[in-house]
Amino acid sequence: MKIWVYAEAEGDAPTTATLEMVTKARECGTVEAVFVGSNAAAIAPALGEYGVAKVFAVDAGKCLSGIIGAAAIAGLVEAEAPDLILFAQSYDGRDAIARLSVKLDRTVLTNGVGLSVEGDAITVRGAIFGGNTLVDTKFDGPAPALAAIRPKSFVAEAGGAAAGEIVNVDTPDAGRASEAQVLETIVEPREGPKLEEATIVVSGGRGIGAAENYEPLVDELAKLLKGASGASRAIVDAGWVPYSKQVGQTGKTVKPKLYIALGISGATQHMVGMKGSDNILAINKDAEAPIFSVADLGIVGDVHKVVPKLIEAL
Amino acid sequence: MNVVVCVKQIPDPAVPGQLDTDHTLKREGKLILDESDSYGVEMALQLVDKAGGGEVTLISMAPNAEVSGLRTALAMGAAKAILVSDDVLSGADSLTTAKVLAKCVERAGDIDLVLTATESTDGYTGTIPAQVAELLGWPSLTFAKEVHLEEGTAKIQRQTEAGYDVVQANLPAVVSVTAGVVEPRYPSFKGIMAAKSKPVDQVSTSDLGLDAAALAANQSITSVTAAPAREAGEKLEDDGTAFEKVVEFLDGLKVI
Ligand SMILES: Cc1cc2nc3c(=O)[nH]c(=O)nc-3n(C[C@H](O)[C@H](O)[C@H](O)COP(=O)(O)OP(=O)(O)OC[C@H]3O[C@@H](n4cnc5c(N)ncnc54)[C@H](O)[C@@H]3O)c2cc1C
Ligand SMILES: Nc1ncnc2c1ncn2[C@@H]1O[C@H](COP(=O)(O)O)[C@@H](O)[C@H]1O
Repeated sequence: MKIWVYAEAEGDAPTTATLEMVTKARECGTVEAVFVGSNAAAIAPALGEYGVAKVFAVDAGKCLSGIIGAAAIAGLVEAEAPDLILFAQSYDGRDAIARLSVKLDRTVLTNGVGLSVEGDAITVRGAIFGGNTLVDTKFDGPAPALAAIRPKSFVAEAGGAAAGEIVNVDTPDAGRASEAQVLETIVEPREGPKLEEATIVVSGGRGIGAAENYEPLVDELAKLLKGASGASRAIVDAGWVPYSKQVGQTGKTVKPKLYIALGISGATQHMVGMKGSDNILAINKDAEAPIFSVADLGIVGDVHKVVPKLIEAL
Repeated sequence: MNVVVCVKQIPDPAVPGQLDTDHTLKREGKLILDESDSYGVEMALQLVDKAGGGEVTLISMAPNAEVSGLRTALAMGAAKAILVSDDVLSGADSLTTAKVLAKCVERAGDIDLVLTATESTDGYTGTIPAQVAELLGWPSLTFAKEVHLEEGTAKIQRQTEAGYDVVQANLPAVVSVTAGVVEPRYPSFKGIMAAKSKPVDQVSTSDLGLDAAALAANQSITSVTAAPAREAGEKLEDDGTAFEKVVEFLDGLKVI
C-alpha cells in the first residue's frame, strides 16, 4: 500500500496535522508526501524523521496552494500510482482534495477521525451527531482513494526514519483556476501556546455575558494556567473574539490535558471539538446544561462569582 | 452583476439527527434553509445592490421537490431559483452534488459570481465550493470573511490558521463565505408574500444532461457504531466556596 500525505507547513516546519497523518500512514504502508511551497528543503528532513521516503515538491508562486497542489497530483498519479492520498481537513487541504476529486473523478471521504487498511480495502471512520455515532466507510472505486482527516485524530510520533528525498515537480498549468492569487498574508498576534497544542485550554461562551468579560475571565485564567484561550461559536459569531479561537465542528479540535468551559452550554457541535480532552471542568449556572454530561468536575454557578475567586486563589 | 447562491435545504438542526436503514441521513419532514447559506444570500443581495443592477439566482438540490427553504431565501430578496429534485440523487456524495450544482450554474445563464457557504450544517464536507469551481473551470476563493468586488475581480479576506490572506481572482469565480460575514436580513412581510410567486425552475438530472450512471458514488458504509460515552464526574452547586474545589481539582491534575 503506497500512501501519499498532502503535507502542509507552518513556517519551516510541517504542521502537526501533517505529522499525525504520516505517523498513521506509516502503520499502513509506505509513505510519500506532496508539498506545495517554496521551502521544501526545510520541510523534507522533518518529514523524513517521521518515515516519509520521498517528498514531491511543487512551487505555487502566489497562487492559492491547494489549486496548484491538486493539479500537480493529478499529473503524477498515473506514473506514481499511490493507493491512498490523505489530506488534512484544513483550509488548503480542503481546496486540494476538492479539486483533485473532480480531476480524477473520485469520491472523497471527509472529516475522517480514523483510518484502517486491510489488504486492498481502505476504510475511513467518520464521527457524526456530535461524535456520538461512528461511521466506517469503505472506498469501492479505483485507486487512488481520497480522504480528508480531522487534525488530532492520530498522535504524531517520530519513527521509521526514511530519506525524505526531494523530487521537484514543475508547476502545473491549472488554467483559469490559477488566477486566484494571494496578495498579502496577515498574521494576527497570539500570546501563549497555540490552541491546538496547549496543555490547558480555557474557553468562554455566551455565558460570560459580554465581550469585555473575555479578557479578565477567560484570558486571565488561561494565562495563569499557562494555557490557551478558546471560545464557543456563539461568541465568535457575535464578534467578541476572532475565529481562530473557535473550538468545535467548524473550529478547532483540541485534546488538552485539561479543558475548562466557562459559560458554554455544550452543544454537540462544540463538544465534538473538545470531548477528547483528558479532563474537563465546566462552570455553568444551568444545572441541566449538556456540558455537565462530559465534565469530570462540574460547578453549577455563576462564572462572574466563581472565576474571579479562582483567579484570586491561584 | 448576476450572482448564483447555492442554498442547501436541510432538516431542522435542532431536531436530533437520525440515520435511515440505508445509513443515509433521514431527510423526511419539512426542510429549512441552512442558516450557513443565509450569509451567502445576504452577501449576494448586497453585492448586486452595490453593483447597481443584476439579480440573485438560487440553486438547490433537495429531495421531494422541497421548496420551503428556497422560499425563505426568495423572501429575503433573491429573484428566482433552480431546484433539482431527483430520486437518483438520494444519498449523493459531495462530488455528485457538485456536478449537479455546476450544471445548474450553467443553466442559470450569464453568471459573474457563485457564492456558497464554507460548509453545510448537516453534511459539512466543505469540498463542494472548490469542486463546483473545478467543474466550471473557474478560480475559487474559499473561506472568505470579507468580499469586495472591483472591476471584474473579487478580492477576499481568506481565513487562515494564523490570521487571514488577501486573495484575488478574476470573475467569474466561486467564493465560499464563512458564517458571520454579513448580518442576514429577516424577510419582510412583503418579501414573504412576493416570494410565493417568484419562479422556481424544477429540473431533473436528465434535464441537466447528466447521465445517472455517471453519478454513482464509489463508497459504501460498512459499519455504524455508538462512540464510547464519556462518564460525567462530580457536579456541585456553588455556595461561594466552589472555587476551593476547583483549586483542589487543578492541584490533583498537577497543573498548578
Ligand atoms: C453547522 C454548525 C456548526 C457549528 N459549529 C460550532 C463550533 O465549531 N463550535 C461551537 O462552539 N459551536 C458551533 N455551533 C453552534 C452550537 O450549536 C451552539 O450554538 C454554540 O456552541 C453555543 O455557544 P454557547 O455555549 O457559548 O452559547 P449558549 O448555548 O447560549 O450557552 C450559554 C451558556 O452559558 C450559561 N450561562 C449564562 N450565564 C451564565 C453565568 N453568568 N455563569 C455561568 N454560566 C452562564 C447558560 O446556562 C448556557 O448554558 C455550530 C452550529 C452549527 C449549526
Ligand atoms: N444540496 C445542495 N444544494 C445547494 N447547495 C448545496 C448543497 N449541498 C451543498 N451545497 C453548498 O455547498 C456548501 C458546502 O457544502 P458541503 O460541502 O456539504 O459542506 C453548502 O454550504 C452550500 O452552500
